[in-house]
Amino acid sequence: MCLAVPMQIIEVKTVSTATVELGGSRLEVDVSLIENPRPGDFVIVHAGFAIERLDVEEANARLELFSDLAAAGAVRT
Amino acid sequence: MKYIEGFREPRAARALVEKLRLLGQSSLKDGNGVTFMEVCGSHTMAIARYAIREALPEGVALVSGPGCPVCVTPAGYLDAAIELARQGVIMISFGDMLHVPGSRSSLARARAAGGDIRVVYSALDALQIAAAEPQRECVFLAIGFETTTAPVAGLVPLADERKIGNLSLLTSFKTIPPAMDALIADPELRIDGFMCPAHVSAIIGADAYLPYARQHGIPCVVAGFEPLDILLGIEGLLRQIIEGRAEVENQYSRVVTAGGNRRAQVLFQRLLEPEDALWRGLGVIPASGLRLKKAYSSRDAAVRFGVTIGPGVEHAACCCGDVIKGKLNPAACPLFAKVCTPDDPVGPCMVSAEGSCAAAYKFRDIRQHAY
Ligand code: SF4
Repeated sequence: MCLAVPMQIIEVKTVSTATVELGGSRLEVDVSLIENPRPGDFVIVHAGFAIERLDVEEANARLELFSDLAAAGAVRT
Repeated sequence: MKYIEGFREPRAARALVEKLRLLGQSSLKDGNGVTFMEVCGSHTMAIARYAIREALPEGVALVSGPGCPVCVTPAGYLDAAIELARQGVIMISFGDMLHVPGSRSSLARARAAGGDIRVVYSALDALQIAAAEPQRECVFLAIGFETTTAPVAGLVPLADERKIGNLSLLTSFKTIPPAMDALIADPELRIDGFMCPAHVSAIIGADAYLPYARQHGIPCVVAGFEPLDILLGIEGLLRQIIEGRAEVENQYSRVVTAGGNRRAQVLFQRLLEPEDALWRGLGVIPASGLRLKKAYSSRDAAVRFGVTIGPGVEHAACCCGDVIKGKLNPAACPLFAKVCTPDDPVGPCMVSAEGSCAAAYKFRDIRQHAY
């Protein structure tokens, strides 16, 4: 039940609510646990609450590592 | 969405599996295998779905821990919830709980018998339900680990703010670190490394595991829930073993910080206090639960309706207790897939999507071909 997914903030509506989106579907969530939420931010949404922000730089660094790994694997095989 | 799909890239997964194989060969040739535990149920599910256990090098075993909140909720809690439903209270719950067996019945059966039980996906829906029927009492089935405790406890200040007086919580919140303590103390278990949960760690922070690494010398790696995250987590654990280190490594730095979510922690401190809690399979673990503080007792359904949550009676042949502790592989339970299936579950581990038995059942036909 703890499976939470990253969703992007489209609009911050009040101090504690925002509209988020994933794959075209939109949702109203509570953002009171997030420091200074802004449109464009990715947040992890669980049970209707954003529980933490996704650090895009960290995520992108990881993705780069994966594409290097994939490329290296492709060369070898 | 690249922040999901990117972490499932199959070619990178194959490369990582190959790396693990090489690491395993160089390190474990003395015949001593290692056993890592994934503490969290969402890891268990992903590991089964992507057949990660089958892709591990020989000598590296991965066992599932107690990290499915539905599975560790004792039958007595369900009994109390079923009793409240009988009294005509509106029960609000996440869907997983409906089919979990209590001592004699389940919420699904209570519902079939006329109980008013509403399933929600967002904790916020509880506010709407309670606001729509102000003359009726509404009780939220407040179970979960730190990840779920944050949104569900968050209902209390929101209900106060909106002057919704008819909503209370039947709490059985649990915290992960004390359960890890209990597992370490169990002489029958040998755990060489912990794969620490993703989103529990988002709340409590990676530093919460320092005692396990420093005092107990057990390597800890915080890992995300996608297959590449999990493979990196295992790689991190294996490297620590090879290099003789025991540290807390954060492989999920895109979400988890060292200190965790400060706002959630402040919320917990304001509303909740520790209590000894009964875990299905693990028994009573000191200070492993969280209950509402006295100042919020009007939101505490147990106080409000004078119900006590007893231990309850669990099915004698169900081995969930040993499954939860990582001692027994679900398929080794004599009831697995014969008497006990997701459609007709005997124990909670077969109910919850994250339960070890349900994960093993759903993905029982997956073999190595994935890699
Ligand atoms: S297979 Fe069913 S009966 Fe056996 S341990 Fe799992 S939930 Fe319990």
